[in-house]
Amino acid sequence: MKVLVPVKRVLDYNVKARVKPDQTGVDLSNVKMSMNPFDEIAVEEAVRMQEAGTASETIAVSVGPAKAQETIRTALAMGMDRGIHITTDEDLEPLAVAKILKAVVDSEGAELVLMGKQAIDNDYGATGGMFAALMDWPIGQYANTIEAGEGAIEVKREIDGGLQTVTLTLPAVVTTDLRLNEPRYASLPNIMKAKRKPIDAKTPEDLGVDTAPRLTTVKVTEPKTREAGVKVESAAELVDKLKNEAGVI
Amino acid sequence: MATLVVAEHNNESLNDATSKTVSAAQALGGDIDILVAGQGASAAAEAAGKIDGVRAVINVEHELLAKQMPEAMEATIIALMDGYDTVMAADTTTHKAYMPRVAAKLDTQQISSVTGIEGDVFERPIYAGNALAYVKSNDAKKVVTVRTTAFPAAGEGGSASSESKSVEIGETGSAFVSEELTKSDRPELTGAKIVISGGRGMGSGENFALIDTIADKLGAAGGASRAAVDAGYVPNDYQVGQTGKAVAPELYIAVGISGAIQHLAGMKDSKVIAAINKDEEAPIFQVADYGLVADLFKALPELEAELTKVGY
Repeated sequence: MKVLVPVKRVLDYNVKARVKPDQTGVDLSNVKMSMNPFDEIAVEEAVRMQEAGTASETIAVSVGPAKAQETIRTALAMGMDRGIHITTDEDLEPLAVAKILKAVVDSEGAELVLMGKQAIDNDYGATGGMFAALMDWPIGQYANTIEAGEGAIEVKREIDGGLQTVTLTLPAVVTTDLRLNEPRYASLPNIMKAKRKPIDAKTPEDLGVDTAPRLTTVKVTEPKTREAGVKVESAAELVDKLKNEAGVI
Repeated sequence: MATLVVAEHNNESLNDATSKTVSAAQALGGDIDILVAGQGASAAAEAAGKIDGVRAVINVEHELLAKQMPEAMEATIIALMDGYDTVMAADTTTHKAYMPRVAAKLDTQQISSVTGIEGDVFERPIYAGNALAYVKSNDAKKVVTVRTTAFPAAGEGGSASSESKSVEIGETGSAFVSEELTKSDRPELTGAKIVISGGRGMGSGENFALIDTIADKLGAAGGASRAAVDAGYVPNDYQVGQTGKAVAPELYIAVGISGAIQHLAGMKDSKVIAAINKDEEAPIFQVADYGLVADLFKALPELEAELTKVGY
């Protein structure tokens, strides 16, 4: 089956976000950017499906600025076949991204779209579900395990309180959770090879998608910070403080 | 103006998250109806009717709603949305799985994990809670998920009217197979008054027994950092943080957790934070009210003994 994986370029996992002094957003100048960690898990799963012979072709799609091409190259270096880059300098909302993905999949065709459950920048957790609804495809959110079968896929899902198994008729969308796999590091030969893999570039206008934002950001602020408290010397002192000072036990 | 609140329930009983979502809807203003979508969910619907400030409880019964499958939930809510400006649900895995579907069908940008509502402005954490965004929606209908730890439970004693509605649900393409739920006598993580969590410092899944013993003593819920889940010590539903659950208990005890920003995102709204870590430079101590610099394998048995002394 043909597998498509959307990948997003985000502020690196280990970098602390800093709010701009004018409160219009988070400062992304001169900071390390990386592939969204949940998307990396989706890429890894697609590559494993290809290695196992269940995926016939794997395509990485990124919607973002010129530098999002690096994120696509990372996916290609991990083993995906080719890339599609939808170029835009706007920070698009999930609804716009979902519409772009629909336009891409309508023209490319795909039996499975594997994607991260959320991007760690805007934390909406909405693109996968929105895309699935626009396609009228079933969705398996928060995958822990995926078993591809004939015309269907079984997904074990991470849910509050445990695990749930569902079957989805293909074509379908699956969003990835942490325990699905451990993404590989791209080897140097594969990084070199990835440079020659094709990436198509298009714009949202080429696809005829209206990307106008639906939300207005009034401001972005720093959260209230907590003050560090006191150090205690022993478990006995800790219990005493919790009981007699804080009154929480 | 009217809001449809989608109930969090397991057919037999109503989860607290529902009442907290109602209080978020009250902050928005207007009439509030609750949708109880399930199969054999009359007990949950009855409980929903007792929440204060609710106009009506709408019970939709369908076999595809027994597990609230995303495709069936989408069809149900879309069929009911004519009378509402807003649909609101808790940001639990049940609702997060389908609310974006509803939003896309309404051609609306979802507002996720809201922590505050003032007038028409929604507050929501972004970047693992390192920034707060204040947003307004320009859409005709709003789809909102709320972080229930940020809202108090609504009162009891309401007397909502109740009605049953049937909804046509076509081919969904998905089917429920099975469920493995963690059986535990301990309180649920997001609603517990005390939470004790372990991190990578626990060293193994077996060592979480040290956490469990204290959790049982205190009637606390057990949690974990992403690192401990990644290392396979505990299941994913233990995870507190940006990509797990957000908790705000009276007391949060972090054991062997360094305090990565992604973990702090899920627990820094706790009333009191206590931390045990052998590294005195660990960032967790910057947010802890009480910090104990100690080897957890020595400190936890001592803590247990001290709790026994004070009557636990």
